[in-house]
Amino acid sequence: MKKTLTTLALGATLAAGPALAELTFPSLSYRTGPYAANGIPFADGYADYFAMLNERDGGIGGERINMIECETGYNTEKGVECYEATKGEGALVYQPLSTGITYQLIPRVSADGIPMHTLGYGRTSASNGEVFPWVFNYPATYWDGASVAIKYLLDENGGDLSGKKIALVYHNSAYGKEPIRTLTELSEEHGFELLELPVDHPGQEQKSQWLQIRRERPDNVIMWGWGVMNQVAIQEAVNIRYPMDQFIGIWWSGSENDVRPAGEGADGYKALNFHAVGSDFELYDDLEEYVWSKGNAAGAGDQHGTVLYNRGLYAAMIAAEGARKAQEIHGTSAITPAMMRDGLEQLEMTEESMAELGLAGFGPTFSASCENHGGSGRAAINQWNASEGKWEVLTDYIQSDQELIARLVQEDSMAYAEENNIELACQ
Amino acid sequence: MLYREAGDFKTTYREDGQTFPIRLDRTAYFAILAVAALFVPFVINDYWLNAVLLPFLIYAIAAMGLNILTGYCGQVSLGTGAFMAVGAYACYKLMTAFPDINIAIHIVLSGFITAGVGMLFGLPSLRIKGFYLAVATLAAQFFLVWLFNRVPWFYNYSASGQINAPERTLAGFRITGPETQAWAVYLFCLVFVVASAWICRNLTRGAMGRKWMAIRDMDIAAEIIGVNPLRAKLSAFGVSSFFVGISGALFFSVYLGAVEVGEAFGINKSFLVLFMVIIGGLGSILGSFLGAAFMVLLPVLLKNVLVGGLGWPTDLAAHLEYMIVGGLIIFFLIVEPHGLAQLWRITKEKLRLWPFPH
Repeated sequence: MKKTLTTLALGATLAAGPALAELTFPSLSYRTGPYAANGIPFADGYADYFAMLNERDGGIGGERINMIECETGYNTEKGVECYEATKGEGALVYQPLSTGITYQLIPRVSADGIPMHTLGYGRTSASNGEVFPWVFNYPATYWDGASVAIKYLLDENGGDLSGKKIALVYHNSAYGKEPIRTLTELSEEHGFELLELPVDHPGQEQKSQWLQIRRERPDNVIMWGWGVMNQVAIQEAVNIRYPMDQFIGIWWSGSENDVRPAGEGADGYKALNFHAVGSDFELYDDLEEYVWSKGNAAGAGDQHGTVLYNRGLYAAMIAAEGARKAQEIHGTSAITPAMMRDGLEQLEMTEESMAELGLAGFGPTFSASCENHGGSGRAAINQWNASEGKWEVLTDYIQSDQELIARLVQEDSMAYAEENNIELACQ
Repeated sequence: MLYREAGDFKTTYREDGQTFPIRLDRTAYFAILAVAALFVPFVINDYWLNAVLLPFLIYAIAAMGLNILTGYCGQVSLGTGAFMAVGAYACYKLMTAFPDINIAIHIVLSGFITAGVGMLFGLPSLRIKGFYLAVATLAAQFFLVWLFNRVPWFYNYSASGQINAPERTLAGFRITGPETQAWAVYLFCLVFVVASAWICRNLTRGAMGRKWMAIRDMDIAAEIIGVNPLRAKLSAFGVSSFFVGISGALFFSVYLGAVEVGEAFGINKSFLVLFMVIIGGLGSILGSFLGAAFMVLLPVLLKNVLVGGLGWPTDLAAHLEYMIVGGLIIFFLIVEPHGLAQLWRITKEKLRLWPFPH
């Protein structure tokens, strides 16, 4: 026993020893708690991508990647602990996968000079790089999501939503409240009635909300849910026989884990997504060859090809490409967080670059700039096919209402800048 | 042998009634205070501040507050999280409404506002007790969280419903906001903790504390000997909420900087603080500190040992953490049902006689 402990301790020190010269990517994950069902596949994808880069290319630009995983449990206090614990190790970019932790970290990363990338979550108005130089949230934001959902519904209804009733079932937190501002604007513009139905953390109790839906009979239900809330909502919708094809979830409410528990009933449920689904990519061959076949898959290794696993891959890919870009700009392979920021700011995702990475057609194309940290704001609608057990892509990437969103982002970020006396960057 | 009363003569009533009658205790107390105030600020870094010391200090204040109500006055409360939220939101509204006023004043004022709210929700305690009162305070928990979520005025109409602490200074040093210095924040909180502990300790051994304890031990008997239950219970609610409010204000403004009421001040927080009080020891100021240390520091320590030291997977470590902390809670409560403070009291008794027990 003593010997094993010594070996373990030795192994730990050896593993931690050469970390200084590496590229450090902290992974603030959650594999426990009510949000674990969604946190696990994402964390697995994130870890596997970096493991693959280490095995295949020896890291990025010759520098090995050191991924430090830290369990947050989707809890802000633990998130802060994780941030403080990892920032001293030379963390290049934070991806907390929690809107609550994002709000917590925005002032901290800005003060400490470490970039943060919130892939399709976090504070929407952080897409204004003038006010939030250290925060990135491309390729799409929550307000894009809200706008895309309404655009899709407009399409479905022949361009007219007047007199319709649309319910928003949302997680009663900063995350769930994000789309309300956009949806309120849109409801005025298109003349539909918006019914707001908050669900309290963690979301296991939704009887009253769905009773209200049953009574009010909205034409469509839009959901901003996460974790166990998704599963419960979809099950409740099945229970009240709400037509599933009228029910649209945001991209965080559209994974296999959310729809599977409801079985056949969930067939036809729709969700937004800003990347492709399935495992039909060249990258998957590399993952198989360099990571999985060697038994190094993160977690239980049973999430490959799921929506959130792919999203974890996507997040890791953007971090890695940002680092590569930074190395290119600054001509050094050992980059600092400040260089990493420059890399993320000049990141450009084209069809060619994605194909080169073995992810042809995986996500929307976008290019970031000093002002625009929010990407192109495009998302597609997916639909769940319960009998085959997979997500099908219904539409192409739909472009959100950029004019409206740019105006809202400007309003909100400027208010933040004024409140916190922030000098605008990019001048 | 070392720890004894022999030779420590007291010649005045004042000396006889002091908080630490044994010289070694006194020395240890001042030594800890000196280390905390004069040594720690020079070595503290962001990690120690934000992951270890700040949560410990802030939860210690909350535990002291709840200890007054539950431990000294015997009124079970499950509304601590909500009262912390009152402190946090009061602090936020004050900080944004009067930006030029010193942050320390805002925090004390938030304590007073919480005291008022606490007394209001303490009114049912005049008619109901025990589990029924716990349910009434549970109502406060849910109502207040709902209120802060529902009424946009409380979060200044921000889109996310979150409150963010703007930068505020004290004597030129930044106390809130992102660009603070670890030592300044630490000392700021330490002053609040020491002051709270001093006030709590002296309140509980004075007339007021004796009235609370009389109510706790048997309210009818207390009423017969002339304790006014209305005053005693409401003052306990008020004083308790005052400290809980201060801890909530510090928790929001100094520690986290941005909070979401449902997540930060939900029912889990009420239970966490209640567990601190129960594990630390009901009716003991030291117990509040021990309980806070147990519930805050142990998980961090375990995490660092299991993940940082042994390199285990984070999920395994997180699950083990729950099991170990849960197991230890049960262990300590079996060994000593009156909490860690009682364990310490017994140890002291034994030490006084050591090495010559009867």
